[in-house]
Amino acid sequence: MPAPALTIDDLVVRYGSTTAVSGLSMTAQAGQVTALIGPNGAGKTSTVEACVGMLRPSSGTISLLGEAVSTRDGGRLRDRVAVMLQDGGLYPTATPLEFVRYMATLYADPDDPVRLLGDLGLDPGVRTPIRRLSGGEQQRVKCAAALVGRPELVFLDEPTAGLDPLARRSIHDLVRALTGRGTTVILTTHLMDDVERLADHVVVMTRGRAVRSGTVAELVGADDSITFRGPLHVDLRDLRAALPAQCTITEEHPGHYRVTGSTDPMALSAIASWSAQHGATTADLSVGRRSLEDVIVELIGERP
Amino acid sequence: MTNATAVRPSPLARSLAHASWETRLLLRNGEQLLLTFAIPIGLLLALSLTTLFSTTSGPQRVPSALATVLAVSVISAAFTSLAIATGFERRSGALRYLSTTPLTRRELLAGKFGATALVTVLSCVAVSIVAVLLGWRPTASAGWILPILILGTAAFAAWGMALAGLLRAEAVLAIANGLFLVLVMFGGVIIPPSSLPGPLAAITPLLPSGALADAFRACLVDQQAPSLTSVSVLVIWLAVGTFVAGRTFRWS
Repeated sequence: MPAPALTIDDLVVRYGSTTAVSGLSMTAQAGQVTALIGPNGAGKTSTVEACVGMLRPSSGTISLLGEAVSTRDGGRLRDRVAVMLQDGGLYPTATPLEFVRYMATLYADPDDPVRLLGDLGLDPGVRTPIRRLSGGEQQRVKCAAALVGRPELVFLDEPTAGLDPLARRSIHDLVRALTGRGTTVILTTHLMDDVERLADHVVVMTRGRAVRSGTVAELVGADDSITFRGPLHVDLRDLRAALPAQCTITEEHPGHYRVTGSTDPMALSAIASWSAQHGATTADLSVGRRSLEDVIVELIGERP
Repeated sequence: MTNATAVRPSPLARSLAHASWETRLLLRNGEQLLLTFAIPIGLLLALSLTTLFSTTSGPQRVPSALATVLAVSVISAAFTSLAIATGFERRSGALRYLSTTPLTRRELLAGKFGATALVTVLSCVAVSIVAVLLGWRPTASAGWILPILILGTAAFAAWGMALAGLLRAEAVLAIANGLFLVLVMFGGVIIPPSSLPGPLAAITPLLPSGALADAFRACLVDQQAPSLTSVSVLVIWLAVGTFVAGRTFRWS
């Protein structure tokens, strides 16, 4: 197996008396998308900022592309590693093309700014200054600026936050194209859909440390439950009687049910019949699969 | 991914790229254009055509006004505007982002100095043209204008960057504007040291503003080379300012 593109060992980041990252250890394989997910304040952005040398870790080591990270500027890593920050980083009076063209002048073998902006769904010819662009458009300018130097490793800190579905899809396509040409992507996001669509590997963080990692399938795991939407606020005794004896049923939200204990066809048939008896159809039926969001909520809940 | 055989831009190339970027942003900013061109030209007209702050008369009035205006332009562009712009770039996170790129701190500072020097030279050309229209005729000693302009710009830019590194953006805005007014009014620029009260008259030649204005007055009014004192004072302020800026400058 090739050496990881990112290795973090026992990373600690403190801001005064607050510990943002508390002994994080993780790796990211080259040419893959590794998603770093977790609740607000989990330490994801601090981890990214320590990785790109924006802040000095209190302890621990970080290695990118086989080189130790330094907060000193001018290191060769800055030619090979890029970041799209969650906040700031733009020159408000410049146009998108001017800004991305300027960024291109700093790199040895830059990508074509016009093509890159076009791929992200922005009109390269637009004369509107960045400060007048929508939040989603500004996100895409930041993404183009991060990618114009053709980095070998790129950190995308919430790249799809505030984007409409089409713009999100263009970012998804771009990330897939990046990994297609061997770029390693470290993605932080709160959108589990992004993770499920893009991530080869997921690291779940909470309270500054990694609490679980693996592929999406490994995290979600096997499940013997059925979830569905059905009639609202009805007596569940009929359904309970029709289901196999080991099944339990709960109404998680009004009209949203979870049956645990069996996923066999008899259980599905019982659910459909029961809904029909109450004048409703069975919708959003999902068998044997928890959502990644369910898993994250469980993991966060497990750790007070 | 990056082509392994591609040539990395040299530090000079990146400094020039940043200078070009900053110059474009500066010249696009309406407020900056006002400070760089409109106010110096207006001030030149006011000092040349009226007796406001006048200590000279006859054919000396326009060269004297030009010396004052050049000093004001340098202080305005290299100290006040540069400090404020840098402070706000830090606040917007633009500097923070640049710290993750191949641009180094030295290259950034060199680029900022290059852009500021270019803007002050353009301002100098514009006011000099107006001075010629008002009757000023350059002599050989006017050849000192450019070296003094560059030295003065470097000294004030160093202190502008030092100020921007020490304080947050709002404080930089207030202090840079306040210091500008104090230096221009009482630092030997508009009112020559000879017209200031005793203690101030003794101090102003040692201030960068006083030394800069003295140097411009020497070559434009007295038609001679700037004094060694003026040049030495500017060099010392440049050296100390560069040291302080190097210690205080931070990306975020």
